[in-house]
Amino acid sequence: MENAQAYLFYVFAALAVICAIMVVANPFSRSPVTSAMFLVLTMGCLAGLFTLLHAFFLAAVQILVYAGAVMVLFLFVIMLLDLKEEQRRQVKSLSLVAGLVSVGAILAIFVRSLIATKPGEGALANVEGSTSKLGKLLFTQYLLPFEIVSVLLLVAMVGVVLLSKKDLK
Amino acid sequence: MFDNITNWIDGLTAMQQFVLFSGVKIFAVFGVLMTCVAYAVWVERKVAAAIQDRVGPNRAGPFGLLQPACDGIKAFLKEDFTPDHVRKAYFWIAPAIALIPALLTVAVIPFGSNLGAQKMVIADLNVGILYTFGIVSLGVYGIVLAGYAANSKYPFIGGIRSSAQMVSYELAMGMSVIPLFLWVGDLNLSQLVISQQGFVGWLPDALGSVRLPNWLVFQSPMLALSFFIFLVAAFAETNRTPFDLPEAEQELAGGYNIEYSSIKFALFFMGEYAAMITASAMMVTLFFGGWTLPWFGLDQPATSIPGGLLHIGIFFVKVVAFVFTIVWVRWMWPRFRYDQLMDLGWRRFIPLALVNIVVTALWLWIRSRS
Amino acid sequence: MIVERKKLNFWERLYIPAVIGGFKVTARHFIKSVFKRQPVTMQYPEERWVVPEGYRGAPYLVKDQEGNTKCVSCQLCEFVCPPKAIKIIPPGPAGQLADRPNAEKMPAEFEINMLRCIFCGYCQEVCPEEAIFLQKDWSHVGTNRAEMIYNKEKLLSLGGTHAGTQKWKHKLEEAKEQENFPVKP
Repeated sequence: MENAQAYLFYVFAALAVICAIMVVANPFSRSPVTSAMFLVLTMGCLAGLFTLLHAFFLAAVQILVYAGAVMVLFLFVIMLLDLKEEQRRQVKSLSLVAGLVSVGAILAIFVRSLIATKPGEGALANVEGSTSKLGKLLFTQYLLPFEIVSVLLLVAMVGVVLLSKKDLK
Repeated sequence: MFDNITNWIDGLTAMQQFVLFSGVKIFAVFGVLMTCVAYAVWVERKVAAAIQDRVGPNRAGPFGLLQPACDGIKAFLKEDFTPDHVRKAYFWIAPAIALIPALLTVAVIPFGSNLGAQKMVIADLNVGILYTFGIVSLGVYGIVLAGYAANSKYPFIGGIRSSAQMVSYELAMGMSVIPLFLWVGDLNLSQLVISQQGFVGWLPDALGSVRLPNWLVFQSPMLALSFFIFLVAAFAETNRTPFDLPEAEQELAGGYNIEYSSIKFALFFMGEYAAMITASAMMVTLFFGGWTLPWFGLDQPATSIPGGLLHIGIFFVKVVAFVFTIVWVRWMWPRFRYDQLMDLGWRRFIPLALVNIVVTALWLWIRSRS
Repeated sequence: MIVERKKLNFWERLYIPAVIGGFKVTARHFIKSVFKRQPVTMQYPEERWVVPEGYRGAPYLVKDQEGNTKCVSCQLCEFVCPPKAIKIIPPGPAGQLADRPNAEKMPAEFEINMLRCIFCGYCQEVCPEEAIFLQKDWSHVGTNRAEMIYNKEKLLSLGGTHAGTQKWKHKLEEAKEQENFPVKP
């Protein structure tokens, strides 16, 4: 049983990495729709990894919010806009550098936290599987970050409304 | 013979038994679901015929009962035509993506109490309802990709319409069930069914034997409103009339599935009917007591095999009643205009669902304090 | 032209009257066809549509009371036929004589291509001998094109016998109507 879970972890992890690479560097197609679909597959693999960690709530929300809602909207926008231009566009050296720096920064954080955590430790046991426990934690211990994130979303929404208005009064 | 099998099963480890029984349940549910899909088409054609003063299919078998088999054979034998201008990969994968989510949703629905020692649900997840919404939200990809793959304007408009529609109504649908889970306090669908045993408590005693089942839809006006929003959103999510804009024949010449033929077209068709059946099963489980029936002690988990079968039968009859309603509505109502559809979703149902959540939460808070 | 939309009141905007109305109509029809068993459907191969008087079905040749061919091979119908569905082969100078008195000749062959025929009825109208009639036959089935070209023998057997020779009576009526033409006050 443990073995099977380990194998499943490797399968999902490998698929997630391959799909993520296909999102940004697909050798067969430069269509934005294909990229978006590979992003959906990546989300699915991440949900699989969450399930293996017994975080069923996170897995379900991953599918529900990212694959089911956000990516559908992405697809919607991609299809409505004519993105032929995008397919021909070459990657600029500046954006390449910026991308590499930000990816490197995130990677550094991950590596640091991985080194800091010994095998068998971690915050996992606190929230294992249970939705109500997760909810309690979110509204007590992590209330401030939670509220900050909601304010951030609100700011984004106001920004979109502002940008989409043609004439500002 | 029978003893041999029971002995063999008893000899297995718990893990092996789990795999065996899950496999049996998956195959049984899949088989029943696909048969139901086929006969849902038959029911649709018969009801349509009856409402339009016609007879409907009556040549293949008694009452045309073999018609689904004939349709299936026809779908397989027709020429599977791939137009030259389509995007091949998406064209091939879209029908499968349209069908699979509808089939996956049934995994968490408790379709009976228990048969022997086995619970009659494939996967008793503690986040059951979230799983369902997650899978349902993937259903839109089949239609969007079909529209995109066709690479021509009408299927494309159908795909765009459908993605906008499903994203809009998914919100209303998701928010409509929150009061339900506030009320019950559990996301597990089996627990939800258990909480619907017996009769409602708010009817005055003077009515005597006139009693309503303790189904969630009858428990409070907020939950009845929840059911109403869920019902409308379910119509929109399954692309049924009055919200069948993605395949509006008169405007889009058929919608997202124009370029499809043969079994690929049939897969879209099966996906639509499977989604209809799973939506009905969801409504039965969430609002109409699942496999329970308050009379004759049928609301307690079964202790014998015939009792378990009876519970499955009750669930099945309730689902059929909902499928019949959904089919009937198709021949009763004209289609909404697109702007009306969006207006209804965003400006009526989503605020209504939000208010419903707040009112239910306030009510529960007041009740807990008094 | 601007059509004013009716202003809906609150009750109507809830769609409930529309639901009730729709349910009433559909339920009435459902009960009619399921419980009273009165569907309008006709079980085609067993039950067949009885066509109304004056229906224009397939044109067939008719015989007179003695069983003789009425057609005299004048070829007017062939001439007038808009889709050129009729083909007549006259007997020629040394051909077979007519099988009845008062007639010079009869066609050696008379073919109507039912795939071309548009059932317009010009042949019936133009025929001086009242030998061809559009009858009530509306179902034409064949497995190949050749089968759908009906020959003289087939047309005569399908056409049957015409009730009475009406030709001279009709000619008289037509002649009388000519005197009144144009209509006098």
